[in-house]
Amino acid sequence: MREIVIISGKGGTGKTSLTAAFAALAKNSVLCDADVDAADLHLLMQPEIRQQTDFMGGGIAVINPDLCIGCGTCMELCRFEAITDRFEVDTIRCEGCGVCVDFCPEKAIDFPTKRCGEWYLSDTRFGPMVHARLGIAEENSGKLVSLIRKEVRQLAEERGADLVITDGPPGIGCPVIASIGGATALVIVVEPTVSGIHDMERVVELAAHFRVPGMVCVNKWDLNPEMTEAIEQLAIKHNVAVLGRVPFDPAFTRSMVAGKTLFEYGEPTATQQQVRDIWAKIINSPSMNPLGIMDFKSTIQ
Amino acid sequence: MIISVASGKGGTGKTTISTNMALALGSGVEFLDCDVEEPNAHLFLKPVIERTELVTTPIPLVDLEKCTYCRKCSAICRFNAITVVSHKVLIFPELCHSCGGCMVVCPEGAITETGRELGEINFGARNGIRFINGRLRVGESMSPPLIKRVRSEADPEKVTIIDAPPGTSCPVIAAMNGADFVLMVTEPTPFGLHDLKLAVETVKLLGIPSGLVVNRSDIGDQEVFAYAEREQLPVLLTIPFERRIAEAYSQGRSIVEEFPEWKERFCELFHKIETIIQKRSTTV
Repeated sequence: MREIVIISGKGGTGKTSLTAAFAALAKNSVLCDADVDAADLHLLMQPEIRQQTDFMGGGIAVINPDLCIGCGTCMELCRFEAITDRFEVDTIRCEGCGVCVDFCPEKAIDFPTKRCGEWYLSDTRFGPMVHARLGIAEENSGKLVSLIRKEVRQLAEERGADLVITDGPPGIGCPVIASIGGATALVIVVEPTVSGIHDMERVVELAAHFRVPGMVCVNKWDLNPEMTEAIEQLAIKHNVAVLGRVPFDPAFTRSMVAGKTLFEYGEPTATQQQVRDIWAKIINSPSMNPLGIMDFKSTIQ
Repeated sequence: MIISVASGKGGTGKTTISTNMALALGSGVEFLDCDVEEPNAHLFLKPVIERTELVTTPIPLVDLEKCTYCRKCSAICRFNAITVVSHKVLIFPELCHSCGGCMVVCPEGAITETGRELGEINFGARNGIRFINGRLRVGESMSPPLIKRVRSEADPEKVTIIDAPPGTSCPVIAAMNGADFVLMVTEPTPFGLHDLKLAVETVKLLGIPSGLVVNRSDIGDQEVFAYAEREQLPVLLTIPFERRIAEAYSQGRSIVEEFPEWKERFCELFHKIETIIQKRSTTV
């Protein structure tokens, strides 16, 4: 099983639009939206949900006012300032460590597991898709990402697909780390701006830290050709493959408004050809197949 | 006064709006870059960094001389960050949430704390604008404690502008909780609108008044304006897509410095926010 994860460091560089375009080009693949915080891929894929499952996160403390004697032990021990003066738990601040639960002398604190969101197994016009929705202001995004990545691999195996295409979250923190571990390769979408190159450098460092090979593609490259050049030089310096350039093209926004991928919108364009070339480079890159395997389905997973 | 600039979707222009508002207001403002995973505000504010501090979070340190391997620490830890295997205590620093439970529960007093490096915090200034940012160490997964640390440096006497991370989960909450106002930045596209709705729900949950900036207001569709009206979310500023603005941004140049006509608009944006906050404080 091979998995490509599309990440960017900086948000809004075009991860989801390109993921959708790749999905339209890929053969026999399964899709995964690992940006569980602000998932958008479904807006282009219009998945038909086949199965919906609750995602249970960690516990959250609840003080029973009938048993509480107001001794203040919980308040004293809580490092997250989650216990209010009226001995109620501020659920926004509660980290779910359960220390107050264990040390309450009156056993007045409950620790029910909380439903933190849900995840879905769906079908789309480009194959099966696993996606999720983390509840507003919830923790455990990394845990949910790990869960859906495990599910998507299982689904891919069941359906005989040999490729998973995963739309990753922005940043370099918890959900990103959960998205890239064990991936075959990362496609890093960079925009040619001072922020774009700054964030790319951190994401490349992260890829190296977790030993996942990366490949870089510059989106909206013509907004700043010198910066595009600098990004590609930086990629080469860090031993990251350069995939190519995608121009600033309003067709991306227009196709998004129409709920379609780039390839389903309008007449064939030069941009489409560039994205097609980039996809061919990804699929044929040595990092996608370091052992020269001819048929991925026949290999032992 | 704390104004947190947030968005749901990434790349809508949080950093553009927050840095330009700070530059338009100038001296006396304080800027906190709380997007610690990918801090970018310094690229536009160009502050002189005066000092840098390492930020750590406490993790347990076990004194094996005192440890009796009773496993109470392992039993209490909800994050599986400490475990006892025969005569060894294994600690997984990256899983530890620094709650201190193991230290409190240890009957032998064998656990003390040491630090795990989260990242760094930088202090600087530019033209009278106080600047602070956090930079998460690459490979570190927990950003909220670093964000909280940056927030703890806020000067309550000043106008504090916070550049928040994208999303709606714990790092965003850490950057918005306790703010007087959340300024949301979106673009009028299906992705922008979808993620804006999530951000609006988040702000409602926190009970903070909010307003909207629509960036690249002439791309995409008009749905976001209809939504703002339905939600009674005031649209405080619209910025049309202009290639010269996008190009200036790509080179790290600010809008108010490049195109002086925008300075007044950003000052106006701030005054609208100020009025909303004042109105609210007199009615509450």
